[in-house]
Amino acid sequence: MKAFADLLDRLVLTPSRNSKLKLLTDYFRDTPDPDRGYGLAAIAGTLEVRNVKPAMLRELVLERMDDVLFRYSYDYVGDLAETISLVWYNERDIDRSAFAQPRLGEVVVRMNSLGRTEVRSFVRDLLDRLDSSGRFAFIKLATGALRIGVSARLAKQALADLGGKDVTEIETLWHGLQPPYESLFKWLEGGEEKPVLATPAIFHSVMLANPVEEGDLGILNPVDYAAEWKWDGIRVQLSRSGETRRIYSRSGDDISGAFPDILESISFSGVIDGELLVGGTARSNSPTRTFSDLQQRLNRKTVTSRMLEEYPAFIRAYDMLFDGEQDVRGNSYIERRGRLSEVIDRAPHDRFDLSPLVPFSTWEELDDLRAAPPDPVIEGVMIKRRDSIYQAGRMKGPWFKWKRNPYNVDAVLMYAQRGHGKRSSYYSDFTFGVWADDEDGEQLVPVGKAYFGFTDAELEVLDKFVRNNTTERFGPVRAVRADKEFGFVVEVAFEGINRSTRHKSGVAMRFPRIARLRPDKPSYEADRLRTLIAMIDAKAG
Amino acid sequence: MDRKPAWPSSLLKLALCIPLAQNAIPTIFAAMRPDALLYPAPEGLYCPEGGFYVDPVRPVERALITHGHSDHARPGHVNVLATRQTLDIMRIRYGDGFSASEQPVAFGEELDINGVKVSFHPAGHVLGSAQIAIEKNGTRIVVSGDYKRRPDPTCEAYVPVPCDVFITEATFGLPVFHHPDPIDETGKLLASLRQFPERTHLVGAYALGKAQRVIRLLRDAGYGEPIYIHGAMERLCDYYIGQGIDLGELLPATIESRDKSIFKGAVVIGPSSAFADRWTRRFNDPLPSFASGWMMVRQRAKQLGVELPLVISDHCDWPELTETITELAPQEVWVTHGREEALVRWCELQGIKAKPLHLVGYEDEGD
Repeated sequence: MKAFADLLDRLVLTPSRNSKLKLLTDYFRDTPDPDRGYGLAAIAGTLEVRNVKPAMLRELVLERMDDVLFRYSYDYVGDLAETISLVWYNERDIDRSAFAQPRLGEVVVRMNSLGRTEVRSFVRDLLDRLDSSGRFAFIKLATGALRIGVSARLAKQALADLGGKDVTEIETLWHGLQPPYESLFKWLEGGEEKPVLATPAIFHSVMLANPVEEGDLGILNPVDYAAEWKWDGIRVQLSRSGETRRIYSRSGDDISGAFPDILESISFSGVIDGELLVGGTARSNSPTRTFSDLQQRLNRKTVTSRMLEEYPAFIRAYDMLFDGEQDVRGNSYIERRGRLSEVIDRAPHDRFDLSPLVPFSTWEELDDLRAAPPDPVIEGVMIKRRDSIYQAGRMKGPWFKWKRNPYNVDAVLMYAQRGHGKRSSYYSDFTFGVWADDEDGEQLVPVGKAYFGFTDAELEVLDKFVRNNTTERFGPVRAVRADKEFGFVVEVAFEGINRSTRHKSGVAMRFPRIARLRPDKPSYEADRLRTLIAMIDAKAG
Repeated sequence: MDRKPAWPSSLLKLALCIPLAQNAIPTIFAAMRPDALLYPAPEGLYCPEGGFYVDPVRPVERALITHGHSDHARPGHVNVLATRQTLDIMRIRYGDGFSASEQPVAFGEELDINGVKVSFHPAGHVLGSAQIAIEKNGTRIVVSGDYKRRPDPTCEAYVPVPCDVFITEATFGLPVFHHPDPIDETGKLLASLRQFPERTHLVGAYALGKAQRVIRLLRDAGYGEPIYIHGAMERLCDYYIGQGIDLGELLPATIESRDKSIFKGAVVIGPSSAFADRWTRRFNDPLPSFASGWMMVRQRAKQLGVELPLVISDHCDWPELTETITELAPQEVWVTHGREEALVRWCELQGIKAKPLHLVGYEDEGD
């Protein structure tokens, strides 16, 4: 438990991805089985451990402590698990050195084998034997609230680094394995063969597209390629084998629990690849809704019936990996689409449709189509080689994505916040605004925030501007001078724009970034809010 | 140690003759009420009989100073009475003109100031730190200043002084604060240096006391590499070394040769306020660390952008505060700065009379 608790302490406070990977691989290398496997499961969200109610923990702590003192402590710390881990006091002299503390594997196995009436005394005894970091880790595990800023994907990357494997290999195996993953670790450390999967409906690593870059298409013959619209949803993989049904995100996270509406409607068996969207299918003649509507359904463990009704989900299918039990990944794209089309045709009409092909004969023609798509939820086109097989990973050549050009506005810097990690000595998160009509003439209103897009040299310029033109400070945030006579103009690029009730300006940008610095441009020449609103209206029209 | 006769000679005479005069008169007064002997005034804790203040926050005629942290030891008083080391530290920080005159006092030495008996005793907080015992007519009050009970090779250890009223700080006066063993915390820093040998480990530490203690802890753990220090702590480190505290090889964290590679995997100690500064850009992928009792609370570390919190404190944690009060068993406890309400509540539960003093001007600084 000590090693796992120390790992959590470090991960929570480490912002950089590389340092997180280093912490994780070191932990996996240095911790014995089965503890490391349970640690991995805890981080990746696959650990099943008996739940402990916060109310019981509070009762346990109050057995030994004045409730007023507990309240003062909780008010100060603000987090129940942390408060309890810190105030837990035990007068008996207990050896809490690393070797004397219970092991993670031991704790998980015991917790899951306890009878109902045994939990309270087991937890009390465990809290006595752990140090405060260990108590914190245990409480977070047992209350199911482990938030440490590490995705399952990152944990898998760390495993890949540990074994010198490709992360797609880990993803392919992942859903067929169970904690504490001993066979996986043995394979990664070179002691054993790759684990063989028996479980149906596992995740298969997906095929990815490369963005179209300058000169890519000129050398390709349009006749060899087919095009589809690129929809602004999330990519998923659907599986059904017998009665086992699953929906995975493109990185292999199981998101079945959040989409019972789709899960129940998988009428076919096999594995298909498609876009998860909210709204109605093409064949039910209702519109596809925006990404912000889809977001209402994402990152949830469960979903209410009201959510299901207000934000119905469906799948726009574009590929097939398995037709029933038959692996069709070695067949051509056109052949796979033929099979897919038949399957989707029989599937429930309100939950499935087929991503249509976009006919074109020249790249110029496709470019025009890309610039003016027929639906506002389209963000570009996908270009797929007709004879391409389905290969996991991102190969250059068979698949391309060609996004519509980003939107651009000129905005004025208003606030800047210090960054984290490497950027902690830089003001690197910028809030920018555009001019809006007000009773007193035109005022700047903030319309977005961006913390990337600029080069290191540009960051030096921005940071210097912030430091030399600060008008007010709010903790790590500084307001900078921004008025009609003086201000720093930046060109902001973004992928989409929507109405928003959460922002004062009434608009919300998707993926805004600072594309260029415009020190040459006077601040009053920056864009007007009405220009942004016109972009939304143009999209809707 | 040389002593300058900076305290006015008239006062010295007073200090010499008053005890005699008082001993000659039989005590006819009942024990003095403690809140008449010492009470909070806007300038700080005031003793009207003695005509002096303890750690005043505004310039006064006569100041008794517990230790050199800037919220306790401020410049501009006319007469300052403190330990030799505290006076030296004040001179380093404020220059020669920090007061019109100064008088050093040794630990245990008894002084008489206008009929009030005053003595200084080690507080274990930083070099030169003292508790001040103030006594008249059989009532003794001990102003602990800031103090800790843990062993610290950079200063003299706390000595319990029996008293009627114990005035305690409460910087970490909440049951959440259980400071771990500083040796284990130092071990975390060494482990991180092994795990991230490329990154500069930037350790935030208060310039007086904490910085030197962290350096000494590293040395005691066997760390023999040069340690780089921020310019703000050079003179204080030199002073500690002059006082016989071995800190090993210290180098300034400057880049004269423009060669940043010397900081790869190095330990750099500086005030945490410098971390957000452009100063840090000279370092290699710096890993921000902070040595402070506040690092006990994760959210606090997160807010400050600290990746490696080191819970090393120069104050008492909750068990030390409560154990000290139990050990001294005073009639009354007065709580100065920090989280007064919890410690007062604890005293009430133990049946000890306690009250907060609501002094202003003392910060969380110093830890």
